[in-house]
Amino acid sequence: MAEPPLRPRRRFRQPSVIPGFGLTFGYTLTVLSLIVLLPLAALVLRASQLGFAGIWEVATDSRVASALRVSFGISLLAALVASVFGFIVAWVLTRYDFPGRRIVDAVVDLPFALPTAVAGIALAALYAPNGLVGAQLAKLGIEAAYTPLGIFIAMVFIGLPFAVRTVQPLIVEIDKEIEEASATLGAGRWHTLVKVVLPPLIPAVLTGFALAFARGVGEYGSIIFIAGNLPYVSEIAPLLIVIKLSEFDYGGACAIATIMLGISFVTLLAINLIQAWSRRRFGYV
Amino acid sequence: MSSLAVRAPGPSRPTSQPAPRTASVVTEGGFVRWLLIAVAIGFLALFLVLPLVTVFVQAFAKGWAAYLAAFTEADAHSAIRLTLIAAAIAVPFNLVFGVAAAWAIAKFEFKGKNLLVTLIDLPFSVSPVVSGLIYVLVFGAQGLIGPWLIERDVQIIFAIPGIVLATIFVTFPFVARQLIPLMQEQGTAEEEAALTLGASGWHAFRTVTLPNIRWGLLYSVLLCNARAMGEFGAVSVVSGHIRGLTNTLPLHVEILYNEYNFVAAFAVASLLAGLALVTLVIKSVLEWRYSADIAAGARRH
Amino acid sequence: MTAIDASQTGRRRARRSRPLRGLAVAACLAVAPPTAAWAQTELLNVSYDPTRELYKDINAAFAAEWKAKTGETITVRASHGGSGSQARTVIDGIPADVVTLGIPSDIDAIARISKKVSADWREKLPNQALPYTSTVVFLVRKGNPKGVKDWGDLVKPDVKVITPNPKTSAGGRWNFLAAWGYAYEKEGKNADKANAFVGQLYGQVPVLDTGARGSTVTFAQRGLGDVLPTWENEAYLVFDEFGRDKFDVVVPPVSIYAEPPVALVEANVDKKGTRKAAEAYLQFLYSDTAQALFAKHHYRPSRREAAKPEDLALLPEVKLFRIEDLQGNWDDIQKKNFDNGGLFDQLSKAGR
Repeated sequence: MAEPPLRPRRRFRQPSVIPGFGLTFGYTLTVLSLIVLLPLAALVLRASQLGFAGIWEVATDSRVASALRVSFGISLLAALVASVFGFIVAWVLTRYDFPGRRIVDAVVDLPFALPTAVAGIALAALYAPNGLVGAQLAKLGIEAAYTPLGIFIAMVFIGLPFAVRTVQPLIVEIDKEIEEASATLGAGRWHTLVKVVLPPLIPAVLTGFALAFARGVGEYGSIIFIAGNLPYVSEIAPLLIVIKLSEFDYGGACAIATIMLGISFVTLLAINLIQAWSRRRFGYV
Repeated sequence: MSSLAVRAPGPSRPTSQPAPRTASVVTEGGFVRWLLIAVAIGFLALFLVLPLVTVFVQAFAKGWAAYLAAFTEADAHSAIRLTLIAAAIAVPFNLVFGVAAAWAIAKFEFKGKNLLVTLIDLPFSVSPVVSGLIYVLVFGAQGLIGPWLIERDVQIIFAIPGIVLATIFVTFPFVARQLIPLMQEQGTAEEEAALTLGASGWHAFRTVTLPNIRWGLLYSVLLCNARAMGEFGAVSVVSGHIRGLTNTLPLHVEILYNEYNFVAAFAVASLLAGLALVTLVIKSVLEWRYSADIAAGARRH
Repeated sequence: MTAIDASQTGRRRARRSRPLRGLAVAACLAVAPPTAAWAQTELLNVSYDPTRELYKDINAAFAAEWKAKTGETITVRASHGGSGSQARTVIDGIPADVVTLGIPSDIDAIARISKKVSADWREKLPNQALPYTSTVVFLVRKGNPKGVKDWGDLVKPDVKVITPNPKTSAGGRWNFLAAWGYAYEKEGKNADKANAFVGQLYGQVPVLDTGARGSTVTFAQRGLGDVLPTWENEAYLVFDEFGRDKFDVVVPPVSIYAEPPVALVEANVDKKGTRKAAEAYLQFLYSDTAQALFAKHHYRPSRREAAKPEDLALLPEVKLFRIEDLQGNWDDIQKKNFDNGGLFDQLSKAGR
């Protein structure tokens, strides 16, 4: 960190009368290292034995590349849909009053509390050609379960709460006076929404999008039951890790895992950047 | 304020004063309003409620007797026990960690704080499969310290410790992420006052900080517990699937499903779904009654 | 028993406070029973996917016989999953005493990578370490609407085939090899044509589950596909579980001699001190009792004379070929077909 020359030397920690920094900070760092950082380092270490060229070779192997494409492509799409509908849900829950609003509000968190394996078998039962929804879709000539569409449905399911819950608190806090001002100045409702209400919400929508995306990319439990698992079509990257492991190809598994880990980092970084930008632009996160 | 990176869906903000129903310039026309409500509810019903209902419908497809039969099996009992053990260790562990981390991060200013918060968040965005894999790489017989431990009869993966570790990993950020913004919001003035009056640090924590964060704490423990009991991917990689020994409830669901015992699979799944519902109910009640104490995460004007 | 002591002190403390300590007590109490259970002899059989029902019976029968012979109580625990991932858990250190997997190459992998199984494991037990064998048959929808009679019918344009991923599933590998062997013999031992046939077949697979069990659920419960080539025992099990009125079994005129072998995990039994019991367990698999149980569960017992005639009657005469006779030893078979860049990878790349 570049230091302004005139200030006294900055310390690692600013002084405080509150006790317990050493204890809690030390404990946090120790536990974090043991549980999270060292095991992740073991993964990167194992992958690094392949060398950069080796990892690149695994990543560009056509089957791995297509699994990564399936995982990332579909979860981008699913995050998009979750964000759009999540926004509508958040808007409806905060702006309108209707019977059962609180129950609907509670339901939003369901995918978060429901175990992924349970969601997986339920979705498979529902969207299979002989399932309740699947049968209707089949009449329209749409196959949902065991196709990329099935993966998409599962990813929307798990991503939705993230999309709703990041936007919801911001909609609550919109200052209605600004909307009134906009209306008074002659703007139509649609114009007010697009030009006045939406812009400050964009960072939150993007954050929700990124969170839903991050969860979708890594998701395993709910997807394997409903995906067709066909190489090049509906094989997701986490499944390919499991497959590589059962082929005793630890290097390959670790390489894919490291790639996914790297992308998690980038997503986290993107979220932080969005929020930093939001802080500068709108004064809050 | 630190970065609010990947986190659990936060508590919904207090929404007790919805817009008045009368037409106004700050809301949409009646038709648009009801259309949006219909879209929202329809979407949630199709994507969220229907799968949940399916679990219970399938579980009771052959009546009560068949449903209850799923829980008489010895393997089901041991799966329930193991799930409880894993949660009973992982949740208090993450509780202690979360409080300690939140104390260090929220009450003090130090360099690299954002990096630390991001690292605590990391398990959220790591694929569950990768979360399991890393412990295999460390504790497996081909792993870093696995051979040394196995030599000394310490079995980590394919045994209870591995399952507990994987569970701790996937629920690692829950409590910390909830408490950090809450404690930041509350600042340090009250603690400082208590300390000035001669209270010990521990005493100040117990009598000042803890009452302030108790509902947020309960809230995060609840979500942490739901996730701990429901984790599938990570546990699946480190479990070894030994019947009666290393199968948790979600793994037991998969086993029953693969034994064509669909009623039993959905029955056990309904137990987990019931847990999810209880979690949601308590969570909603907490939010309605103590929303101000919990939802300090976002800024207030 | 330290666990119990801890829980008692825990209980004393809990009386005077705090829900958190209550949780700790619950944890201690919950841990105590399995700790006690470890006192008796316990064996772990790490097996593949379709043998769940079989080993439930076998393990109970063995425990009864062991009790009668030695007076000791023994528990045989089982772990099931895709054959490849099960071998992986043994390599990664699951304390298995015996492995009973779906295909020889998976036990070869354990011997090669972890050295826990001796390299000559196939010579250590009778019949090449095969207490039973099996073959691949077809499960079709009732009345066989697509008229599937032989392997050649699987590539008819309107036939959808459900089969597991040969990378992870032993059953998937036997299906793959059976189809290859059929085409190889039919095309006058032309390997290229056999490869093309298998490629065409996998082009008609809409779902590639990771294990045989997943495929059966997809076919039988979810209603996908027209034919499920599967283990003979699995096909009959579907009859029992889903009802005979929904499916038919079609036995092709020629199929593969499927070899699910067993082996002792030497390093683990010596460490655990369970060699005697584990060896007895493997020997038990060749006993009259076990052989009859194999036949009852629709596996082909290596000693037919021990099985009941009515069970044997359900295992029809099929012309069976051995894949080793067509493709050489198992190392080559595995490498050529299923390893990274092998035939399956080439075919799925070409067929996308």
